[in-house]
Amino acid sequence: MRHIISLLMENESGALSRVSGLFSARGYNIESLNVAPTEDDTLSRMTIVTSGSNEVIEQIIKQLNKLIDVVKVLDLNDGRHIERELMIVKVKATNKYRDEVKRISDTFGGRIIEMAETTFTIELTGPSSELDDYLDSLDKAAIIETVRTGALGIGRGERILKI
Amino acid sequence: MKPEIITGAEITIRSLQEENVEFVFGYPGGAVLNIYDAIHQQTEFKHVLVRHEQAAVHAADAFSRATGKVGVALVTSGPGATNAVTGIATAHMDSIPIVIISGQVPTHAIGSDAFQECDTVGITRPCVKHNFLVKDVNKIASTIKKAFFIASTGRPGPVLVDIPKDITAETAEFIYPKTIEMRSYKPVIKGHSGQISKAIDLLINAQKPMVYSGGGAVLGDAAKSLTKLVKKLDLPITNTLMGLGGFPASDENFLGMLGMHGTYQANMAMQECDVLLAVGARFDDRVISNPEHFLKNPKKIIHIDIDPASISKRVKIDIPIVGDVDLVLIDLLKAYQEVEKNHNKKLISPWMEKIKNWTDTDCMAYKDNGSVIKPQSVIQKLHEVTEGDAFITSDVGQHQMWAAQYYPFDKPRRWINSGGLGTMGVGLPYAMGCQLAFPESQVACVTGEASIQMCIQELSTCKQYNLPIKIITLNNRYMGMVRQWQEFFYGNRYAESYVDALPDFVKLAESYGHVGMKIEKSSDVEGALKEAFSPKLKERLVFMDFITDQTENVFPMIPSGKGLSEMILAKDE
Repeated sequence: MRHIISLLMENESGALSRVSGLFSARGYNIESLNVAPTEDDTLSRMTIVTSGSNEVIEQIIKQLNKLIDVVKVLDLNDGRHIERELMIVKVKATNKYRDEVKRISDTFGGRIIEMAETTFTIELTGPSSELDDYLDSLDKAAIIETVRTGALGIGRGERILKI
Repeated sequence: MKPEIITGAEITIRSLQEENVEFVFGYPGGAVLNIYDAIHQQTEFKHVLVRHEQAAVHAADAFSRATGKVGVALVTSGPGATNAVTGIATAHMDSIPIVIISGQVPTHAIGSDAFQECDTVGITRPCVKHNFLVKDVNKIASTIKKAFFIASTGRPGPVLVDIPKDITAETAEFIYPKTIEMRSYKPVIKGHSGQISKAIDLLINAQKPMVYSGGGAVLGDAAKSLTKLVKKLDLPITNTLMGLGGFPASDENFLGMLGMHGTYQANMAMQECDVLLAVGARFDDRVISNPEHFLKNPKKIIHIDIDPASISKRVKIDIPIVGDVDLVLIDLLKAYQEVEKNHNKKLISPWMEKIKNWTDTDCMAYKDNGSVIKPQSVIQKLHEVTEGDAFITSDVGQHQMWAAQYYPFDKPRRWINSGGLGTMGVGLPYAMGCQLAFPESQVACVTGEASIQMCIQELSTCKQYNLPIKIITLNNRYMGMVRQWQEFFYGNRYAESYVDALPDFVKLAESYGHVGMKIEKSSDVEGALKEAFSPKLKERLVFMDFITDQTENVFPMIPSGKGLSEMILAKDE
């Protein structure tokens, strides 16, 4: 099953490679991995999307906790949470596509951030699956380039990841 | 008083002194010259000059295994660090607390492919508990403090501190922190009381209970409380290869080692028990073999371990107890006192009877017609001659298994070997670490003619420091364990397992300034061992080259992937 794991770690050089190294060394999947500083500049927050059986996920959480620089780990799938991913897509917007791309983007709540002569660049946020659906709705031949952040997540209500 | 202002190199040395380090095993080189200059001007700890960095780490590792203290190694950048990697990985697999200080090229040169530069922190990351690159002279002391703290607490392990050369030349105030607090690292040491009473309840109501203890019981200095608990509840117990000595081998409750080359009774009891208490052990592939087969006989498993990640890694655990093994065992004993009156020890009589029948198969018997030397008999004689009280180090292979099987250990920290990584070449540097730690004790290195050559250069170190190690080489002219697998599983095709062009070990030992002996007859084994351990040779390293049966195999054996009860026994051959 797909899990979104959030963690806080010391903002030290090499912290990212400790996590990515752990996943490759133990053969765990990484669907996406996102890391950025937090409001506390001594901490980085990482969001990892992975998949595996319950046993594998349990081991991943334990192994992450075992890393000396990791301060706190939360499996967002243990409770209610919000998931968002940002995607920027460049699509062909020649005559035949222009209206269709606009219509589909509107449906998904996408924002056209650049209208060039032959291309549109669209920004879209949502749960990762929604971004997949958007891409599926477009004519494959029209998609020139996509870039995605990987999923971010946060617990709903009182569920927080903070030290 | 204002703190002194000293160089980074001096801070490094003073920090090691603050940690009460007795020995630093190392090898100098460009990037650590400042540190070596500071070592030259101090007398508080002894520097031991090895002949290869791998041996420096192994010796520091053995010092730790034998004493329980943190071992220290010092190596230079680039090749010094890469040579150390085998030693670091060996210590990591067996959870041995060591601190490795490595030199690095100057900070401005990092990343420029400078002479003797390598990404030491990157290369060692997967085989250390943690590592650091120190880029500020003001952080050397606190980093070394953290390194010792991390190495020796929780599940122990190696910690590497990489220090660029320019940082060791800069100066700073020397303030060594008294304590250290890390928000990201707080190992749990106290076991959960609810789990502890559940565990005792299971144990006293079991019909077929079994205890299995591993390296954690030895490293956690829990041998006393383990023995007390097992005797008090009167339970059968087995040790893993790493756990030998954690429970006295001569005790009647002891079933011998378990696992791939474990005893028939230990493996059968593990397979058929209904309640299993695992103490500082990790259910690895060489121990329980195939997990599905192991669980075919339903059992409730209680697992005490300092490392939460060891719990339910290969086998699902019913009652996990995370904590320091010794503290948890003491709590178990306390919890038992409250329910002792309800404990009917007769409940397990049929089980003990069954175990006795397994033991009666005498799985360790071997044929000895008195002509060619049987390797097992050399170990048994070694046990007699040393009165079972020596530090025994081993390399890796058949001789390692025979040492584990035929030298019963009654005390912890006496059996020093590479269980996890299985590193050939550790034996001699391991013996160095033990002998330096315990200069008055008997130290024997049980090895093979293949393994010993992987760190043979250390005979020179042994001469320099007058280490009177006794090297017991079981020389069968084969990489024995490789040959055994080739015989069993590869149709007797002995691909590259014959060690051709062996040196004359007697002359080799003599050329290093030691005593060499070649023993070819079974009848000479005891006499030779007695001579080697006699007062006459007390001060000398004796290299004993025992020419043993070329085709002897280690039994029992569980073929890889098979179940614990699917052993090949000597009598089946």
